[in-house]
Amino acid sequence: MNLITALARLLIFPGLLFAVPFAWFFLWVERKSVALMQGRIGPPFMQPFYDFIKLLGKDMPERSGVGGLLMKAWPLLAVSSAAGAVALLPVLPASGGFQGDLILLLALLEVPSMCIIAAGFSSRSIFGEIGSAREAVLSVSYNVVFLLAIVSIAASQHTFRLEALAQLPPSFLRYLGVAAILVCLPAKLHLNPFSLPNAEQEIYSGPMTEYAGPELAMWELSHGLEWVAGTGLIATLLAPHVTLGWLAILLFVAISIAIVLLLSVLASATARLAIDTTVRFYWQCTLIFAVLAISSAVFMGLRS
Amino acid sequence: MKLWNRLMCYCRRRSPWIFHMNSGSCNGCDIELVASLTPRYDAEQLGVRLEGSPRHADILCVTGPVTRNAVGAIKTVYSQVLGPKAVVAIGSCPATTNVFIDSRTLDGPLNVHIPVDVFVPGCPPRPDAIVQGIAKAAEILAARGRTQPETAPDAGEEEP
Repeated sequence: MNLITALARLLIFPGLLFAVPFAWFFLWVERKSVALMQGRIGPPFMQPFYDFIKLLGKDMPERSGVGGLLMKAWPLLAVSSAAGAVALLPVLPASGGFQGDLILLLALLEVPSMCIIAAGFSSRSIFGEIGSAREAVLSVSYNVVFLLAIVSIAASQHTFRLEALAQLPPSFLRYLGVAAILVCLPAKLHLNPFSLPNAEQEIYSGPMTEYAGPELAMWELSHGLEWVAGTGLIATLLAPHVTLGWLAILLFVAISIAIVLLLSVLASATARLAIDTTVRFYWQCTLIFAVLAISSAVFMGLRS
Repeated sequence: MKLWNRLMCYCRRRSPWIFHMNSGSCNGCDIELVASLTPRYDAEQLGVRLEGSPRHADILCVTGPVTRNAVGAIKTVYSQVLGPKAVVAIGSCPATTNVFIDSRTLDGPLNVHIPVDVFVPGCPPRPDAIVQGIAKAAEILAARGRTQPETAPDAGEEEP
């Protein structure tokens, strides 16, 4: 992958130019489907776009010193790494990629949640600090399962290259891994059964409490891009291999929307769990599942 | 630049995020404000979102007759809402202090302390009236924009 294709992937497809409208679209799908399931009409189609533009035009609170600079830096870092994660997804067939891009993708997917933790602590708000602590505990719990699931898929196929993984014939282990990733996504996206860091009724907006205006717009955008990257990762692993470019894009988008709808149904049908219940859920129930996946992957790897 | 300003005005009108503040209310107006977000009235159609932090909000919704304890909090929260911003006084209490008038525990009405854009009278007002008040405040917000100065607190000028 040379510099020009890398830039094109980051800025045009599937990077910023494609991913930003999609991020807004997914945010709308989430809000609209929750509204429909509650018997409401819900926000208009362009609502996330209106919110974003309006936030860009708001004033900023005056902040001085290193703390103020850091508070400006975290949302930008979160947006750029989430956009980078989206750009690595092999949506088009024969789009290149490199050995180890799966590891880079996982690292970039993790940066926004690190930024949220750091942002809450650097805002020095008590609600922000509680939210950050919750986010940290949550990320330690779900990441074990998330990483084991992906590593088990990669280990069974002897490759850390996303495109090679996407092209391989589907196996039982891959579906097991995808199911494990799907269990982790609500926690990664702060959706309802695990929406602990931004639990509005308990700690206001959690780590985002002190953020306002353009910075908050960047956080909303990075959340949307996380949606695209998270659902896109599952879509990449689930989509059947096709050679036609537009058909591949169509399949990618259709599977992503299906996953967004699935997660929204889950979010509107459940109430928030307590932090200890959530941690117990991830460490006790799903860890067994993930260890099963990785041991069978290693076994398969040894046998072949 | 002109196009950007028009887009900004439109987006401000379509996306009013509210922060709810209780200044000693009897909880009557508070549940009516929450009712305006429920399926029957569904203020989210207008882009209204109830935010947890005053930093995120555009419109400050105040209920209650402004007790002495609440004055400091109201001024703090008003300054925490970043401009352009608007204030909606929900119920008869913040407008006139209602039946609690002349009470020694009160320091109302609300517009003595912060500039109020829209009054929604009623004890309590109906949820559709609250939704209408928020929509009107969103229009004021869009018209005000960033360039025009905000109304300064009128220190009891309009009192009889």
